[in-house]
Formats: sequence, C-alpha cells, structure tokens
Amino acid sequence: MNQGIDITLKVWRQKGPGDKGGFEAYHAGNISTDMSFLEMIDVVNEQLTRDGKDPIAFDHDCREGICGMCGAVVNGRPHGPEKGTTLCQLHMRHFSSGDTLVIEPWRARAFPVIKDLVVDRSGFDQIIIAGGYISVNTGGAPDANAIPVAQEVAERAMDAAACIGCGACVAACPNASAMLFVGAKISQLALLPHGRPEAARRALAMVRKMDALCFGNCSNERECEAECPKEISIANIARMNREFFKAGLFSATR
Amino acid sequence: MELDARIPSGALSEKWDKHRFALKLVNPANKRKYEVIVVGTGLAGGSAAASLAELGYYVKNFCIQDSPRRAHSIAAQGGINAAKNYQNDGDSIWRLFYDTIKGGDFRSREANVYRLAQVSNHIIDQCVAQGVPFAREYGGLLANRSFGGAQVSRTFYARGQTGQQLLLGAYGSLMRQVGTGRVTMFARREMLDLVVVSGQARGIVVRNLVSGEIERHAADAVVLCTGGYGNVFYLSTNAMASNVSATYRAYKKGAYFANPCYTQIHPTCIPVHGTYQSKLTLMSESLRNDGRVWVPRQPGDRRPANQIPESERDYYLERKYPSFGNLVPRDVASRNAKAQCDAGKGVGETGYAVYLDFADAIRRDGKEVIAQKYGNLFQMYEKITASNPYEQPMMIYPASHYVMGGLWVDYNLMSTLPGLFVLGEANFSDHGANRLGASALMQGLADGYFIIPYTIGGYLAAMDRPEVAPDHPAFKEAVHYVTERTEKLLSIDGKRTVDDFHRELGHILWEYCGMSRNDDGLLKAKEMIRQLRGEFWENAVVPGSDKDFNQSLERAGRVADFLEFAELLVTDAYTRRESCGGHFNEAFQTEENEALRDDENFCHVAAWEYKGDDKEPERHAEPLVFENVQLTQRSYK
Ligand SMILES: Cc1cc2nc3c(=O)[nH]c(=O)nc-3n(C[C@H](O)[C@H](O)[C@H](O)COP(=O)(O)OP(=O)(O)OC[C@H]3O[C@@H](n4cnc5c(N)ncnc54)[C@H](O)[C@@H]3O)c2cc1C
Ligand code: FES
Repeated sequence: MNQGIDITLKVWRQKGPGDKGGFEAYHAGNISTDMSFLEMIDVVNEQLTRDGKDPIAFDHDCREGICGMCGAVVNGRPHGPEKGTTLCQLHMRHFSSGDTLVIEPWRARAFPVIKDLVVDRSGFDQIIIAGGYISVNTGGAPDANAIPVAQEVAERAMDAAACIGCGACVAACPNASAMLFVGAKISQLALLPHGRPEAARRALAMVRKMDALCFGNCSNERECEAECPKEISIANIARMNREFFKAGLFSATR
Repeated sequence: MELDARIPSGALSEKWDKHRFALKLVNPANKRKYEVIVVGTGLAGGSAAASLAELGYYVKNFCIQDSPRRAHSIAAQGGINAAKNYQNDGDSIWRLFYDTIKGGDFRSREANVYRLAQVSNHIIDQCVAQGVPFAREYGGLLANRSFGGAQVSRTFYARGQTGQQLLLGAYGSLMRQVGTGRVTMFARREMLDLVVVSGQARGIVVRNLVSGEIERHAADAVVLCTGGYGNVFYLSTNAMASNVSATYRAYKKGAYFANPCYTQIHPTCIPVHGTYQSKLTLMSESLRNDGRVWVPRQPGDRRPANQIPESERDYYLERKYPSFGNLVPRDVASRNAKAQCDAGKGVGETGYAVYLDFADAIRRDGKEVIAQKYGNLFQMYEKITASNPYEQPMMIYPASHYVMGGLWVDYNLMSTLPGLFVLGEANFSDHGANRLGASALMQGLADGYFIIPYTIGGYLAAMDRPEVAPDHPAFKEAVHYVTERTEKLLSIDGKRTVDDFHRELGHILWEYCGMSRNDDGLLKAKEMIRQLRGEFWENAVVPGSDKDFNQSLERAGRVADFLEFAELLVTDAYTRRESCGGHFNEAFQTEENEALRDDENFCHVAAWEYKGDDKEPERHAEPLVFENVQLTQRSYK
C-alpha cells in the first residue's frame, strides 16, 4: 500500500440557513491516494466525531457519480479539478501532500444553504414540475417499436438525458443560471418524436419557472459546460432557446 | 396465522386477468377521498405514486434524499428484461417466466412470476412513451443485449445508465402529478415507524431530516417501496442511505419478514482495497456479454496478466459451464470466483480478485464497438482503479448487491398486515433464492405501474375502515416510541463511531453468512451480533441534536436496526436446511459443489413473525406449489 498524503482542508461551516457561516481549517493526515474525496471527508468526520465535535454535513448517496446528490466547490471548482467527474468519483491520487483544499457549498440565490455543504436544490424539482415530462398516463402506450427513432437521434437524446441534476452548472455560472439543466431536459424530450406534441408548452413553462425561481440568465460564459460532471453540451441551451422562441412565435399556448 | 397467498385459481396464463376482473373497483368519484401513503421514490415507489395519482387517489410520497429523482434505483446500470422477442430468438412470456423460476432455484411463486413476465412488455411500451432514450439499432428499432441465466437477448438498456433513465421517466410522471396536486411530495423524510389501528396499517411517523421534527401522516393504506437491505453487509453496491429500517419497523408492527437469508452477492464488482472504503462499485453484468473471466492455472502465479500465456490461463466458467459460459447466473458466478480465490488462484494485491478480460472482444469487434457498449463503465473503472481496461483486464470480485428477501406479500402485494402493501426490492415476491440480472428494474416497475393500481383498489373497496386522524392514540404511541429511541441514541455518549460498528457487523456477516455458510459459523455469527449490539448501545458515539439536520443520528438509527435485523438474517440461514440460489450452506452441496436443494422439506417460503425483543421470532412456512414447471437440479452446463 502506498504512503498516504497530508492535506489541509478549509471547510465552510454553517449551522443553518440563518447562520452567517465561515471557514474552519482541518488537517487530513495520512490519506491513502486510493480514497475517494468523500472517503477522505469520512475520515475527517470520524475524527471529529471521536473528538466530540460536529462532523461536516455533506450530501451524498450513490457514491458512483449517478445520483447527483453530492457536490461541493473545491478550490473554486464545482466537483473539484477533474474534468467530467463528480465529487464522489474524484480520487485523492489527484492531490499531493501539502495541498490546501478550500471546500464550499454551491453558492446561488436559488440554492440556499441548509447546513455546511448541504444546499436546498428543490428549485430543480419545481422546474420539472412545470413541464419536464411527457404527459402519458400509465397504460395504453402503443408498442414500443411503433415509432422508430433514428439511432443518432436516440443517442443525442441520451447525451442530454445523462444530466444528473447535481446543480454544478448553477454553481459554476457567474449568473447562477440553470439553463444547462433546463436545456438538457427540454432537448431530450424535444429530440424524441414522443416528446414533440408538448414541446412548445414544455419549453415555455420550464423557462418561465426557471426565471420565476431567481436563477440567472445565460451570458455565454460556458462555465457550466466546462464543469458539468456529465459533460452535457451547451448546444442544449441553444436548442432550448430555439424551442422557446419557436413556441413563443407559433404556439397557441403563450 | 395461516399464510394465504391468495393466488387465484385457474390456468397460469389466465390468473391475472381473472383476478383483475374479480377485484372490486373503486368508484372514480370515491378515489379522490382515499389517501395513500407511498414510502420511497425509486422505480417501485415513483411508478406507484404516479400511477395511483393518475387514477385519482390522493398520494403522499416520501423519500430520504433531497429529490425523488435520487432514489437508489438511479444507479442501476445494465438493463431491464422484457419478453418482447424483438430479436426473433425464441423468447416468449413463458420463457421469461421459466428462466426466472429456474434462475431463482425454484423458490418463488409460479403465479407471481408468470404475471411479472406478462406485464414486462407493457413496461417497455410505457417507458418509451415517457421518453426514455433506450438504445436503438440503425433502423430505429430498440436494441437488446443478453444477461446472465438466459440464452436469449431480452434486455433493454440505455447505455450503462438504464436505472437512471427509467427512474427519470417515472420521476417525470410523478412530478406531473405533484403539479396537479394529487401527489404531495415529502423529500428529506425518514420513516421511523408504522402506525397500525385495529389491525390495519393506517399511517407512518417520519422524521423531517432538515428540521428534526417528528411528523405524523395518516392514510387509508400504506405502500412501502423502501428498497433492499444489502447494506447490512456494510460494504455493498447499494447507495449509502439504503436501509432496512422501514421494513424492519413494519416487521416489528406485525408484518412477516420472508426469506431474509436470500441475499445476492454480485460476481463483478471492483474489489475491496482499503479499510476506509465506504462502498463497492458494481461493474454491470452486461460486461459478461463480451468479457471473459479467468484466473491463472497455477495457484500463487503473481505474474502480470499480459505475461501469462493463454495455455496457463483457466477460463473456469467457460470450462465448467460450456452452454452458458460467462453468462451463468450470479450466484453460480460468485461462488466460483470465491472458490478460485480460496484455492490461491486469485489475482491483484489482495489475491481476492479474478480477471474480466476484454482483449478477445476488442480484437474481434474493435475498440470502438466495445467503447460504444461499455464506454462509461470502462471510464468509471479507470477513475476508481487508475487502470485502463482497454489495455489491462479488469479485476473483479463479488460484493453484496441485492436482496431477494423482504417483507412477505400475497398475490396482491399486501403484507400480513391488512392495508400495508410492499413493492420492489422491499418485498420478497418474485426472485426466489436468486435474482437474474435486469429483473429487479422489471419487477419494481411491474409492481408500481401495473399491479398495485389494481390490487389497492380491491382492498380499499372491500374493507371498512374507521376514521383515523393523526391525533389517534396509536400515533401518539408511535411518536413516543420514536422520540424515546432517538433520545437514547443521542445519550449513549460512548467512544466508538457508528460507522465502526457497522463495519464490524459487515465483517461478521461477510465472513459467516456471505457466499458460503456453515452451521458453526452461523451460530458464531449470531452470538457475535448480539455482543456487538450490546456494545453499540453502551459505547457508540452519536453527536449533535435531534432538533436539526443530523446525519450522524440518521446513520445511527439505521445501524441500530441493522444490528437487530442481522440476527434474523442469520437465524433464517441457519434454519433453512438446504442450499438454494444465493443461500449456500456447505453441508448441502452436490458432488460438483453446486447448491443442493431439499425439495421435500424446504420447498417453501420462510416468513418470520416478530414475537418481542427478547424472544425468538416464529417461523411460518408458505408451501410453494409447482403445477406448471418441473423442479430440477439447476444446470447451466
Ligand atoms: C449498482 C447497482 C446496479 C444495478 N443494476 C441493475 C440492473 O441493471 N438491472 C436491474 O434489473 N436491477 C439492477 N439493480 C437492482 C435495482 O437497481 C434495485 O433492486 C431497484 O432499483 C430497487 O428499486 P426500489 O424502487 O425497490 O428501491 P430503491 O430504488 O432503493 O428506492 C428506495 C426508496 O425508498 C426510500 N426510503 C428508503 N428507506 C426509507 C425510509 N426509512 N423512509 C423514507 N424513505 C425511505 C428511498 O429514499 C428511496 O426513495 C442494480 C442495483 C445496484 C446497486
Ligand atoms: S454521491 Fe451520487 S453522484 Fe456523487
């Protein structure tokens, strides 16, 4: 087993939404480089617990990069320095002894802090409630092969559908815009023939909801795409804009 | 109590149709008046909550995560089965039914499994209509791949993210119903007790995980879709919050727990590599379509894989099971991997790994084709291990993955407690002693989309219920119990962390009640679990308060339940005097080391009744009657 590394953490600690919060420093010693970032925090938390202190609160569940539950800003970058990687899939072999890691929660008006690194992302659910689905009741769907879908179209829809809803795009954007998240869902459903009948209504409703929830606007910074752990393309934002304008121009559902 | 599975009479293929007709209907205007609690938002819970709301019921839906979209189902990789026979390769409802019964080592109910195969095709239709981007052929039709225990290609998939896409489909439907007001969503809530009034399930008590508040929710029926208890082994492929608490609380309130010892150890996971490790990562079974499993022929051969010539490798699955080869069912593949490692042929740093090699497939199909099929899995493997599977064979080892055991349910998916329904991995219903790959997603969605919408109506229309409000004494009692337990946890003030206890519990079970079990080990494990549980309540340290967001407290509650439940699991394993599927007692094996069933004495479901904290639970048996298939020694040769 290889020698562990020693690092210093500066972690945002905040007791609750009303608390001002601030950074606290912790030492993480002899950290195996095979550990994931979250396992490193586990080790720190175990120590804090044994010392009778309050462990660092952070969201996580699947620990394999798919549930979208984890996420923090590490040295200014959502989910840390590795491209296309969630925090839970980031491994300590990418850091060196002596490093200082500043760890903060997502910062956005629409994502208030609950505690430490845990934020409230229910805004994303609200946007989906507004129209991020195809309105089909259970039962009565035609045979799955009734409508062929070109492989390439299905693949592009899947590229967009890979979004895990973690919120890194919002955290990365200087305007705290949710357009990558919204664009990905609108694109997935607009690309598939099954989603076309509602495309106009969906685009209008989701975009309006996003605005109402105080997510910012897109000013083409492209930070979202760069930081997205699933590498969702900003081409989805362009498609969303097209769908939105088309809907505004031609649709009866204004 | 007599266990009555309420299996309809008549021919196997007509049972479900007949039963649906026999079930009473709820008048559409009345549905609005009924409240249903659905706990869980995975494939089972999400699909159930959405479908019930579409019918007009008022649904309250709960989950631990911050959003229903993050339920553990999201992590399913490989695919979902259906008997579509799109490939024209001989599939049929009957074949899916038969494969599932045989895969489960003849320890499941014929009627349930047949119904599952019947509705499987509707699931795919439904999901496609929701916009699930399944993989497709050039011509635009749906693609399939093969999974273990089957010789046909019936698995539908969306890259290596099938669970994610199916769950997002169900989540979309669920959110649509939240928008209509027919579903109220309660995220970041943990169910801590079930409320039973006049013998009927009438509500739950939950903790609001943000504010710490204990909340009461009453309803006409409760549907548990809280997933499996694979985390009892500490290290597993399950998400961190997966737990037994909800089903275990229901068990303590009178629901029987069925076959807890049927646990599935998945053959292809990334091996353990350190004591700090928090979970194990699955490498989808779909990889066995193209990957070849092997170990060095010579024990102790420490040469790197690429220096071991073909003639000195043992492709043991292909050798032992020529007709299924690398695609034998999971229990068989896992036991064989363990046997190879125990014989000193394991590879890697710890010697507890075997190779899963893609070199031949890459030579045959080209790197591009392999990347298209498994790209994201290969990438995940490389992220975790820093080794490139296009160049080096993967190293894999079995890990706790899934549980076939769960709360006992009848054909209507209702537990022994009237009004308490259990769906998805949380019930025991369809997979017998071993689940085939890509069948859990199928079962979760079958239960939620196509079964509960009918059977719950039958219950609600037929049963009289008194008015029950959240101030009913039964609620007060449950709240009192929950509060007292929480206070007790917070006041232990010991020295050992909860994770440390959980880790030790996992070691005990893995060692003595894992892939291979024997009587001495099981008895020893039972004693060790008791001791550990005793120490937990004296020496655990649970920081913080119950009045706010406290993840340590959450974990402590779950581990406390695992510490009780583990004993039930071991007891069940000890009392099943045979081997079948995932339950392998060394005393019962064939000459070729395969599981040896005892159909004369153990062709039944074991359902456990809680009798009190200091008493042994009572074992009940539901005989399994096979009218349509013949019980045979499973063979995959
Ligand atoms: C890594 C991995 C890959 C897999 N791949 C496949 C595959 O390819 N094909 C296949 O068929 N199967 C696969 N499986 C199995 C399958 O994913 C699961 O069996 C299935 O998704 C379980 O669904 P569920 O709805 O029953 O429960 P879950 O998805 O586990 O959902 C449980 C829900 O209950 C909630 N909950 C739990 N406890 C409580 C509580 N106390 N209070 C309130 N809420 C609670 C949770 O918040 C969650 O919403 C895989 C499993 C794993 C681990
Ligand atoms: S914990 Fe699920 S994506 Fe990181």
